[in-house]
Amino acid sequence: MSLRRWSVTLLAALVALVTIAPLLWMVSVSFMARGEAAQFPPPLWPASPTLENYRLLFGTFGVGRFLLNSVLISTLATGLALLFTIPAGYAFAKLRFKGRDAIFRMLVAALVVPGQVGMLPLFLELKAMGLVNSYAGALVPWLAGIFGIFLVRQYCLSIPDEMLEAARIDGASEGQILRRIVLPILTPIIVTLAIYVFLSSWNDFMWPLIILSDQDLVTLPVALAVNSRQNVQDYEIMMAGAVVTTLPVLILFLALQRYYLSGLLTGSVKG
Amino acid sequence: MSAAGRASEARAGWAMSSPALAAIMLFFVLPAIASLFLSFTDFDIYALADIGNLRFVGLANYARLIENPLFWKAMTNTLLFVAAGTPFIVALSLFAAMLVNSRWLKWRPVWRVALFAPYVTTLVATAVVWRYLLHTRYGLINYLLSFFGVPPIDWLGDPHASLPAILIFVGWKTFGYNMIIFLAALQTVPRELDEAARIDGAGWFTRLRHVTLPAIAPTVLLVSVLTVAGMFQLFAEPYVMTQGGPAQSTVTILYFMYEEGFKWWNLGSGAAVAFLLFLCILAVTLVQLRLAKRSGAI
Repeated sequence: MSLRRWSVTLLAALVALVTIAPLLWMVSVSFMARGEAAQFPPPLWPASPTLENYRLLFGTFGVGRFLLNSVLISTLATGLALLFTIPAGYAFAKLRFKGRDAIFRMLVAALVVPGQVGMLPLFLELKAMGLVNSYAGALVPWLAGIFGIFLVRQYCLSIPDEMLEAARIDGASEGQILRRIVLPILTPIIVTLAIYVFLSSWNDFMWPLIILSDQDLVTLPVALAVNSRQNVQDYEIMMAGAVVTTLPVLILFLALQRYYLSGLLTGSVKG
Repeated sequence: MSAAGRASEARAGWAMSSPALAAIMLFFVLPAIASLFLSFTDFDIYALADIGNLRFVGLANYARLIENPLFWKAMTNTLLFVAAGTPFIVALSLFAAMLVNSRWLKWRPVWRVALFAPYVTTLVATAVVWRYLLHTRYGLINYLLSFFGVPPIDWLGDPHASLPAILIFVGWKTFGYNMIIFLAALQTVPRELDEAARIDGAGWFTRLRHVTLPAIAPTVLLVSVLTVAGMFQLFAEPYVMTQGGPAQSTVTILYFMYEEGFKWWNLGSGAAVAFLLFLCILAVTLVQLRLAKRSGAI
C-alpha cells in the first residue's frame, strides 16, 4: 500500500512539474542577459542573473503606464461588477416581484450567447456615446455580468426566509436587510466573485484590443501582444514582459486560492 | 404578509435588479440583436464616417462570405479545433481530476493548486511563453523531444503542426478549470462502489467505463459543452502565436471576424460572421444536449 501511495504521489508531482515548468522557465529566462536565450541547447538558468530586461521594460518601453492602466481597469471593473450584480443576484433569489422568474430564465438562456457576437455593434454603440478609447469603454462589458448574478443568486437561495421576515417585522427596510443581514452572509461568494472579475478583466484581451487604441490607455496584455508581434527575437525581454503581465494575478490567486476554488464549485456544481 | 409589505418587497426587487438588467440590455442584448441587423447592411469605413452612406443589402454579406475561401478556411479550422480539441481537453482534465482524487495521494491541495495555476495566468503572456517553448531551434519542447530521437518540428511554421501546437497550449491553459469541476463530481461517487468492483477483479479501465463514467456523465456533458464553446472562441492564441498562419492554417472564426471588422472595417460582413458563429455554437450545444438525453446522461 505504501508503494502505491508513493507511486501515485510521484506521478502527481511529475504532472505538476510539467504543468508549471513553462511558468518557471518564463521567470528564469527573464533574468538572462540579452541573446542568452537564443542558444542550443536552451539554457535552464541564467549564467549571471540580471535585472537589465526589467530596467529596459520600465525605462525604455514605459511598461509602468500599462501596469497602471491594468490595475485601474481591473480594480474599477471589480468594484462596478460587485455593485451591479450583488443586489441583482439577491433580488432574483429572495425578493418576490412580477416577472422575476421569467426574466431569470431568459438570463440563463442568454449565457449561451458569447459576448463576441455583439462586439461590432457594441463598438459602434460606444462610439456614438463617445466612449471609444476611454477607460469607461473598457469597463462596460463588466457591468453586464450574467454569470455573477447567477453565482450570487445560487448562494442567496440558502439564506432562510424566516431570517428576512423577522427583520421586516422588526421594521428594517429592504435596503437595510441587504446591507446588514445579507451582505455579511454573502462574504465568501463576494470574495470569489471579486477574484473572478479581477482575474478575468486583467486577463481580457479581445475587447481592450478593440476599444483602446491610445498608447496611454492600453492594458498590459494588449501592449505585450502588439509588441510580441514586432520584437519576435527578443526572448528575454518578452519573457520579462510576460512575467510583469501575469505575475500579479498569479500571486493574487495563490494568496486567495482557497476562497476562489471553493466558490467556483458553488457556482458550477449547484448550478 | 401585508399588501403594503408585499408592494415594498416588489419595489425593492425592481430597484435592486434594474441597474444590472439595464446594463445587460444596453451592453449585451441590444448589441447581440443589432448584430443581426448590421449583418444585412454594407456598414464599412464610409458609413463609419457618414451614416448616410449606409445601405440595406439583404443577404449580400452572407452570399459574399460563402464565396470567400478564407471564410471557409476559418470555418474548417475552427471545426477542427472543436473536433480534435474537445475530446483531448476533456480526457486530459478527467485524467488530472482522477489523479488528484486518488485516495493514495499525499499533499492533495498542493497538486490541485499547481495544476490549476495555468488557468489563472494571462492568456497573452503564456501564449508568448509557449511561442518560445515551441521555437524550432531554441525551444525547450524540441530539445526534450530530441532525447527520444525526434527531429526538430517546426511547430508554428508548418501548416500541419500549427493546429496541434496551439491545441497543446490551449489544453495546458484550460484543463485545470475542468479538473476542478470533475473533482467535485468525482467526490460524489461512492468509494464503496469502486472498491466493490475492484474486489470483483475489475481492472482500472473497466472500472472507469462501468463505474466512474456513468456516475459523472452529466459532468462530462457540462465540461464538453463548456470546452466546445471555448474552442469556438479562440482568438488571442492565433493572434499572438501565429497571426493566423502559416498558410492560414490557424485562422479561426473570431480571428476572421476581428480582421473583417477592425482591420478592414467591413462591419456588416463582420457582423454576419458573428451571427454565423452564434448559430454554430447553438447548433453544436443542442446536438450535445440531444445526444446526452438519448444516452440517458441527463
